[in-house]
Amino acid sequence: MKSKDLIRFAASAIAAHPMRSALTSLGVVIGVAAVVMMTSIGLGAQQRVMSAISGLGSNLIIVSPAASRSGFAAQAAGSDISITGADAEAIAKQVEGVAAVAPTVRGQAQLAAEGTNWNSRIEGVTPDYLVARDLTIGQGRMFDDREARQGRTVAVIGTTVARELFGEADPLGKRIRVGSSPFQVVGVLTSKGQSGFGQDQDDIVLGPLPAVRSRVVGRRVKGDTVQTIYIKAASEDDLSRVQEDATTLLRERHRIREGEDDDFQAQNMASILQASQAATATFTILLAAVAAVSLVVGGVGIMNIMLVAVTERTREIGLRMAVGAKRSDILIQFALESVALSLAGGILGLLIGIGGALLIAKLGSWPMAIPSWAAPLSLGFSMAVGLVFGAYPSWQASRLDPIEALRRE
Amino acid sequence: MIAFRDLKKTYQMGDETVAALAGVSLSFPRGSYLAITGPSGSGKSTLMNILGGLDRPTSGQYLFEDEDVSHLDDDGLAHFRNQRIGFVFQSFQLLPRYSALQNVELPMVYAGIEVKERRERAAEMLAKVGLADRRHHRPTQMSGGQQQRVAIARSLANNPDLLLADEPTGALDSSTGKDVMALFEQLNSEGLTVILVTHDANVAARARRRVGFRDGLIVSDEGAKS
Ligand SMILES: Nc1ncnc2c1ncn2[C@@H]1O[C@H](COP(=O)(O)OP(=O)(O)OP(=O)(O)O)[C@@H](O)[C@H]1O
Ligand SMILES: [Mg+2]
Repeated sequence: MKSKDLIRFAASAIAAHPMRSALTSLGVVIGVAAVVMMTSIGLGAQQRVMSAISGLGSNLIIVSPAASRSGFAAQAAGSDISITGADAEAIAKQVEGVAAVAPTVRGQAQLAAEGTNWNSRIEGVTPDYLVARDLTIGQGRMFDDREARQGRTVAVIGTTVARELFGEADPLGKRIRVGSSPFQVVGVLTSKGQSGFGQDQDDIVLGPLPAVRSRVVGRRVKGDTVQTIYIKAASEDDLSRVQEDATTLLRERHRIREGEDDDFQAQNMASILQASQAATATFTILLAAVAAVSLVVGGVGIMNIMLVAVTERTREIGLRMAVGAKRSDILIQFALESVALSLAGGILGLLIGIGGALLIAKLGSWPMAIPSWAAPLSLGFSMAVGLVFGAYPSWQASRLDPIEALRRE
Repeated sequence: MIAFRDLKKTYQMGDETVAALAGVSLSFPRGSYLAITGPSGSGKSTLMNILGGLDRPTSGQYLFEDEDVSHLDDDGLAHFRNQRIGFVFQSFQLLPRYSALQNVELPMVYAGIEVKERRERAAEMLAKVGLADRRHHRPTQMSGGQQQRVAIARSLANNPDLLLADEPTGALDSSTGKDVMALFEQLNSEGLTVILVTHDANVAARARRRVGFRDGLIVSDEGAKS
């Protein structure tokens, strides 16, 4: 017999009980939809983290006050911030293989220029900051070390700030008020777009560290302390050694005894990446377990209904055999039915999963990331489920004795 | 020529052995018209099932033309049923989901015949049994006599060599039964070999050859030479 006739038989049997078929597939629908949705969300999250991490700049080590003490309350009090500009200088001088060290303070400030207001992030940095964070100047120039030391109130702004404050006009040389202090714009950064964390990286003002500390974030950052020291290693090979050396140096400088915890935290991209990959791996295993369980549940549902179908249609099977169906024809017909039920569930589940992922991406302004293997894998798996769980009922159907089957009521 | 020799069919029921067929032999040429009669449980249906390739004898030989059917495997028997045999059952055995036309098509599907060709032939067979206008009716939308005629059309679909009808009028009233019998006689007159099982003496009387069964044995065989 012809395969298209087998498909026709299977399709007509499924269509004969639309409601039952739909309910039978539901398990697979839910399983596949859940898996597709979760992987999409997981992948989106991962991509976001990855781009956030790589957005920080390459070969970067980020030193910040110890996590336990870096809460907002502690920072606001200004008392517990443990890293200083002197620390940064020491690292620059004493640790080898360092391309740039950039101590940073930051705050949020109201900007004003030519009657326009804008609220933005302001960071007090040294010129090395550009190197550390892989930033470049698009227009104008970066302030230099001398200007910084002299406490000059000059600023480099991001393109978003330039647009919001000056529109199409050239911002170079213009004055902006940051909080209550006037700064002069000397440069505009090259646009970097959105960061992986969903932050507009062009919505920023960079000023010399001393000036920003004293005039903008003064109340919160006392003395020589800074909030972050960015260290850029000269190469990837140097990265972990630079981190170790810097850690040792800081422990010495902070007089931390052996066995005591660091009062700062040094992280590099590789370690952040590793942590995020470990999290992803755990998530993937969890997901695989959920997928396996839901597909097995779906499969058992299909097997159950197929067993019912074989019992109900015993006479039909006997008759088909009587008019010339081979055992293999019966086997294939029922296996096809089971695979079709499961595959239909898989297709529907895939569509629902993609729809759900799109919706979540839209609502949560989350990057949309449906893995390329979602479609082939979920369809492959649902087919396999249909085949595996349909095998026993189909085999039973094909082993029926035609005479007994015809006699069945 | 179709011939079987010393066919036995026994069933093991616990310690007891039940002989549904206790050794029957018969031969008949193409174009024969046989009526098998006998009391209930005498082995008529058992013989029909073996002749139709639905069952295998416990022992004995069954020759269909030159083919030894008793040695065919499952697939071989399926092919034999499909190509050589037309079956008509007492309870019609139509698939309720399918239209008359689709029911008649079924044996041709398993023969691998193309859709267009088998539609045409199915329509032709339905016309032959007088149901040209009932093609798209489902079994539940037809009377018993009509259903049995659809079943006959189906049995003819692959142009069989032997038509087996096990009490084909058993579920029909007498006048519908007569119509169905007339159809068999017409088919036989066109050259088709027909074997039918019946409890109706009048029906049996019209057959050219009448074979009587009792306790799994042939006890009478009349009209063989006519
Ligand atoms: N699967 C089976 N297992 C055991 N015994 C069986 C089986 N099939 C048939 N028999 C026995 O074989 C004998 C012959 O049965 P068969 O169906 O051939 O009778 P029959 O002549 O067709 O009777 P009826 O006129 O009632 O249809 C009966 O005694 C029956 O009980
Ligand atoms: Mg019988």
